[in-house]
Amino acid sequence: MDNKNTVIRFKELTKKFGNQIVLNDMNLEIIKGRTTGIVGPNGSGKTTMVKHLLGLVKPNSGSIHIGGKKLNGHCGYRRDIGYMPQIARYPENMKVSELIAFIKEIRDGQNAKEQPLIEYFGLEPELGKRLRNISGGTRQKVGATLALMFSPSILILDEPTAGLDPQASHKLKHLIKQEKEQGKTILLTTHIMSEIEELADDLIFIVEGNLRYNGPMNEFIENQQEQRLEGAVAKMMERGGK
Amino acid sequence: MKTATILKYQWKDLLRSKWIIGYALIYLLLSDGLIRFGGAGPKALLSIANVILLFVPLVSMIYGALFLYQSREFIELLLAQPLNRKSLYWGLFGSVSVPLAIAFLFGTGLPMVYNGILGANSTISIVTILSIGLLLTFLFTSLGFVFSLKFFNDKIKGLGFALVSWLILAVLYDGLVLMIVYLFGNYPLEKPVLVLSVLNPIDLARILVLLKFNISALMGYTGAVFNRFFGSQLGIYISLGCLLLWILIPLLWGLKLLRVKDF
Repeated sequence: MDNKNTVIRFKELTKKFGNQIVLNDMNLEIIKGRTTGIVGPNGSGKTTMVKHLLGLVKPNSGSIHIGGKKLNGHCGYRRDIGYMPQIARYPENMKVSELIAFIKEIRDGQNAKEQPLIEYFGLEPELGKRLRNISGGTRQKVGATLALMFSPSILILDEPTAGLDPQASHKLKHLIKQEKEQGKTILLTTHIMSEIEELADDLIFIVEGNLRYNGPMNEFIENQQEQRLEGAVAKMMERGGK
Repeated sequence: MKTATILKYQWKDLLRSKWIIGYALIYLLLSDGLIRFGGAGPKALLSIANVILLFVPLVSMIYGALFLYQSREFIELLLAQPLNRKSLYWGLFGSVSVPLAIAFLFGTGLPMVYNGILGANSTISIVTILSIGLLLTFLFTSLGFVFSLKFFNDKIKGLGFALVSWLILAVLYDGLVLMIVYLFGNYPLEKPVLVLSVLNPIDLARILVLLKFNISALMGYTGAVFNRFFGSQLGIYISLGCLLLWILIPLLWGLKLLRVKDF
């Protein structure tokens, strides 16, 4: 793939933790305005890949380009990124409303539209509560609000529906679809293949730090001669990702 | 600017924490008890100083390390924002060290005020004791940060190193110095002992207290050497200078660790 609509590009990216190679000479492109699902077995390097985009991890070699600009250690590019972590742990004695205000101030008040999201997720009664007193599902909703309230052009969602009840999960997926319709680039990691099937256009498949597939999801399923993504992924894993 | 934002919100969080309130109460009870039973003289103040020299390093270091371990996911979320690591570091350090310092100051200082010690001849001694407590709070919080960042993926190791280093610096060090003095008694040891004192911030703080109180009987070997070598006043300045240098080293080391850390 070599597309002028590429928004994220990994160039020969290698990351080692000690002697262990976590990402191996990775070259990939993510296209603007599309939703990309990242899949692979546990420990395959999905999280490390996402962490590189956020500047949480620094590569041993290679480079990352976002919007055509090479990441060079400056943090300003993250104004365009909304991140929803898998584990949402916040300062325990802070109130929900304070947390939202905190992140807004960290972003210098960057055009935040939190109110519609608070209403959408029904967070009004929770705003005055301390974060230690809210449920896991509510934490996820707060996490989604923090990620989406700045209308970033890139959304990185790490297991976004983990811990949500079916109704909240449905609402969040609906919102992700809306963001997609608005032309946002979305990166999604989840172990729920049906969720990727429902939301993603493209697929990145990583096994032991090696990129095995980067392209349209339907082509991946067809290549594996399967009807569903789950079967296609399982088939590829059985063959060691080949 | 963003450091100030982190401080504002994290202070709200930590000053509501039961741990910080409990920490202040412990000092309040200890300080009050020692003043009530020891009187308002130097004896009570020295007892308070001893408590400070033992507990402030331990609590500051463990709390500093634990704070970073427990904030890991939140730190990752903050780093995913347009926030540089330097601002984050100073924000996090101030978030822990300042509430700990306030709790210490409140807990130790309040009984001195309402028991009427302040304002008597002992004001300078009290200021010295409180200042040493504050210096040790900042110093050992930063050391806790260093251990936590060095072993970020291994909480047991990080906390283990913190505990063992406290044990060595607060409890075993003087014994080791005495052993060296005993074993090499036939050699001129003043300068090596001075160097050994400077290498231990708790020893430096203890020497500073004793030089201020001018109690030669309690100075121990290192304190006596310090006194003999520099005299009381110069000794105070040198030990204070070394203590300030001691704060800078772990603080900057921690910053360096955070700047290159993979989360």
